[in-house]
Amino acid sequence: MSFSIYKYASPMTFYGLAGRLVPWFAWGSALLTVLGLYIAFFMAPTDFQQGEAYRIIFIHVPAAWMSMFIYMVMAFWSAVGLAWNTRLSFMMSRALAPTGAVFAFLSLLTGSLWGKPMWGAWWVWDARLTSSLILFFLYVGIMALWSAIDDHRRGDKAGALLILVGAINVPIIYFSVKWWNTLHQGASISLMKAPSMAAIMLSGMLVLAIAAWFYSIAVAFVRVRGIILERERQTEWVKELLEKN
Amino acid sequence: MFRFLFTVIRRDLLLAARRKGDWMTSQFFFVMVVSMFPLGIGPEPEMLRRVAPGVVWVAALLASLLSLSRLFADDHRDGSLEQMLLSPEPPVLLALGKALAHWLIYGIPLLIIAPVLGLQFSLPADVIGVLMLSLLIGTPVLSLLGSMGAALTLGLRGGGVLLTLLILPLYVPALIFGAGAVDASLAGLGPEANLSLLAAFAVLTLLVAPWVTSAALRISIE
Repeated sequence: MSFSIYKYASPMTFYGLAGRLVPWFAWGSALLTVLGLYIAFFMAPTDFQQGEAYRIIFIHVPAAWMSMFIYMVMAFWSAVGLAWNTRLSFMMSRALAPTGAVFAFLSLLTGSLWGKPMWGAWWVWDARLTSSLILFFLYVGIMALWSAIDDHRRGDKAGALLILVGAINVPIIYFSVKWWNTLHQGASISLMKAPSMAAIMLSGMLVLAIAAWFYSIAVAFVRVRGIILERERQTEWVKELLEKN
Repeated sequence: MFRFLFTVIRRDLLLAARRKGDWMTSQFFFVMVVSMFPLGIGPEPEMLRRVAPGVVWVAALLASLLSLSRLFADDHRDGSLEQMLLSPEPPVLLALGKALAHWLIYGIPLLIIAPVLGLQFSLPADVIGVLMLSLLIGTPVLSLLGSMGAALTLGLRGGGVLLTLLILPLYVPALIFGAGAVDASLAGLGPEANLSLLAAFAVLTLLVAPWVTSAALRISIE
């Protein structure tokens, strides 16, 4: 028997796979969060410029990364769904949206908590903050559109179109600190050059970023399982599954 | 091909000419929203001049959204939209024609009203010229982007508010560059940079929006 990714494009097989993977990602996320927070609060030294308050970045940066990354994943699944009309792709992007919105909100919230001691203001209208706020608005708009459309097939496609149009905002957020002269600092981490921060701080941030990834995957899988059950409720396998339990 | 485009535009213009009430509502909304600001923030000319670009532009966004929620709704209700989509002509042209007609009906009058509002906000004459120019380049963007939202929310309950929620974030670049051009000329910097960026954004939307709108229409109709 040859392995095929198409096998898992079927909601029935993916339902089982997601169910088996959820505990791994959930526990992985919990352990990594504890480890990451331990590094962040007990091992990482106090910053000589920013004092203790800099520790907010251990939450802020992973949350901001995830809010952008989840949007790109949603845009990817939307494109796949519109191109090949695969049902599971739309379900994945629906399952991811609330998590993305939560991370976008978290990045705005932690950013403003950090901004008050550092910049002396809860909020400034610079390019990165504004574009992150728009990302949060996009998430809200997409979820509002889904909830307004009762026919889920129409909702899937309409939402996918909107996601793809809004995707242009993500590179704008990412490069905003380069393109404009912003108050928000530039990137400290890049693939091209050595990071401009202490190794222990970097490792704490990366551990928490991976924890955020695992959390997102676990939550999205739980949510997608719910969506699959709801949409496939008239099929035989769901009936069997429900009778078995 | 162009005959179809012109037919779509002429039909919408004719419909608007026969229903003047709808048409006037949106224009008066624009005037009234702008007139509320001096009452709210006080009549000092110096401050009014500072806020005028943003106020006029935000009012233009809201006025266009108000009329956009009905862009496809009437045709959808009487079934003519379905017939037009079934015709052998490409639906992209239908979407483009609808958006252009919306711009001619609702965008151009904003341009003509704007100088009067500029005088209310004691803007100098050359700045009023820039304001009109920025609206001339910017209002097609509003119609084109808004037509995407109108097609996506076609026939939904609470469609008007939903349209606002979906489209306002996408209007942001037009607002920033449009109001920025007027701001820059107020500060004596020259509006060319902002106007060029606004024009670039207009070209980009012209290339993308009709396709998205026609895809959204097909999704909404099926």
